[in-house]
Amino acid sequence: MFPAFTEDQLAIRDAARDFAVNEIEPGAMARDHAAEFPSDIIRQLGEMGFMGMTVPEAYGGAGVDYLSYILALEEIAKVDASVAVTMSVNNSVACAPILVFGTEAQKQKYLKPLASGEVLGGFMLTEPDAGSDAAALKCRATKVEGGWQLNGAKAWITNGGVGRYFVTMAVTHPELGKKGISAFVLDAERPGVHMAKPEEKMGLRSSKTVMVTLEDAFVADDDLLGGPGDGLKVALHGLDGGRIGIAAQAVGIAQRALNESIAYARTRHSFGKPIGEHQAIQTYLAEMEARVQASRLLVYKAAIMRNEGQPCTLEAATAKLFATESAVWVCDRAVQIFGGYGYSREYVVERLYRDVRVTTIYEGTSEIQRIVVARSLLK
Amino acid sequence: MKILVALKQVPDTETKVKVAADGKSLDPADVKWITSTYDEYALEEALRLKESKGAEVTVVSLGGDSVKDVLRNALALGADAAVLLKSDASDPLAVATALAAYAKDKGFDLIFAGNKGMGGDNASVGPMLAELLGIAQANVVVKFEVTDAGFRAEREIEGGTEVVEGALPAVITAQKGLNEPRYASLKGIMAAKKKTIEEVEATAPAGATAVIALVLPAARPEGRKLDGDAAAQAAALLNALKDEAKVF
Repeated sequence: MFPAFTEDQLAIRDAARDFAVNEIEPGAMARDHAAEFPSDIIRQLGEMGFMGMTVPEAYGGAGVDYLSYILALEEIAKVDASVAVTMSVNNSVACAPILVFGTEAQKQKYLKPLASGEVLGGFMLTEPDAGSDAAALKCRATKVEGGWQLNGAKAWITNGGVGRYFVTMAVTHPELGKKGISAFVLDAERPGVHMAKPEEKMGLRSSKTVMVTLEDAFVADDDLLGGPGDGLKVALHGLDGGRIGIAAQAVGIAQRALNESIAYARTRHSFGKPIGEHQAIQTYLAEMEARVQASRLLVYKAAIMRNEGQPCTLEAATAKLFATESAVWVCDRAVQIFGGYGYSREYVVERLYRDVRVTTIYEGTSEIQRIVVARSLLK
Repeated sequence: MKILVALKQVPDTETKVKVAADGKSLDPADVKWITSTYDEYALEEALRLKESKGAEVTVVSLGGDSVKDVLRNALALGADAAVLLKSDASDPLAVATALAAYAKDKGFDLIFAGNKGMGGDNASVGPMLAELLGIAQANVVVKFEVTDAGFRAEREIEGGTEVVEGALPAVITAQKGLNEPRYASLKGIMAAKKKTIEEVEATAPAGATAVIALVLPAARPEGRKLDGDAAAQAAALLNALKDEAKVF
């Protein structure tokens, strides 16, 4: 069977499943309804090592491989996609770029607390008028004595308001275009960092996403991540991992929707028999299973390549495109199978349907993934 | 301080148990095995003492190779050493005797165990172990502390709480409420894989008791639908309550 998991990977997946089912699942619906951030759960996940999974133990992480991280993320997404995205952002786009591009001092100062779960982190690339079109970034870093001053707006910042350290892209050399973007580690507790009220979102309601205004926010010279002009490189590296993480989240959500649908098809009766005995429902279930299986293999393949340090931009984009589009479809069918109950907030598929929708949008829309894939094919 | 924690592997409470063909044991097929919940409280208390006062925690369990899962999990949670006493004994006195033979002369200051094994519910091994070792015991404990003189424990008793003090060494059996057991960290899980589980042939005597039959509760009879109009149904219900259920 592909892939053959190691004993360690299975043990980590089981540990994640155990915690997810016993501790995360019970309050998931209530947190969604109240848009309540799961601080306690995130703290416990941090203590257990889930917030910096692939970061070496020396820097506060759990030191496990990338596929283990993906397996854990999938298990957590099955019970609460809001917890999964909070975890994914901290692992994939806060810890990972600092681990890869950070200096020893940056790793001690920022990575250790992020990976051990002491503080949360995030990633500030997107702006009101620029996302995947990174060359259109407007956020400006101006050189001052001892560091840089950041001015501009950042949008859709996950973990904003609840996180502290953010990998932040800003234009240091406007005349150089894309090569004039640099990456910094920004401490959100600094003066001039204004986090707006959390967005009122359709789904992932218990995770926090905010608009950020930077007004002469200071970052020291030592907070520059990589060299000047490396911003796009840092961002794109983070995005590959981020995309695999979101694809894994989508697989988890879709698998849950499928599991719920199977259970419902067995117990709900119409025309004198369980609806699972009607061919229309069977074809839905079969198609859902096929898409979930295929998605999972794409995600694991990308994860294994990233784990081995191979370039995986094409594979990450393919996995994200297929897994998220499939997951949206699978959740739509789950609601259809549940009928009126699927439209009720008392049933989990209603939440899955809302939660899954953003997966084809964030960390690069499906349209962007298609561009990435096509560029790789035609280059 | 040296602490021993006795663990028992039991079927998950969510397992649908089936009686084996011999009519006196569980059919092991499809059974998911877990650490008895009361033993989890026992282990957690030992780990908290290790963190607050410093202690070396050894976990021990009787059984075959499958019991290694329970021991491995305890190592992942933070136990320092694990011992498998190889034996197929299940009678409480035989188990207590084997544990006593292992624990004797090893200098344990405290021995923790669950107040009973989930499922078997004998509540015997802990007290027997203390008697066989000739040391103090406190059972069904919901609060525990080590004091200068020994220990202080709060026990759950009918309608109240009993506070007992005693000298170490002692056997303490844990009750729900003693603490909230932790989850293993990923670091712990990885580290546990590298630790070895010591295997010892247990010296267990023949059991003092033997299970002669294991019977599942009788299946609930199917419900009965009463026919007719409301008056006829009421009359039928009245008869059934009076003549069959003999409610009055």
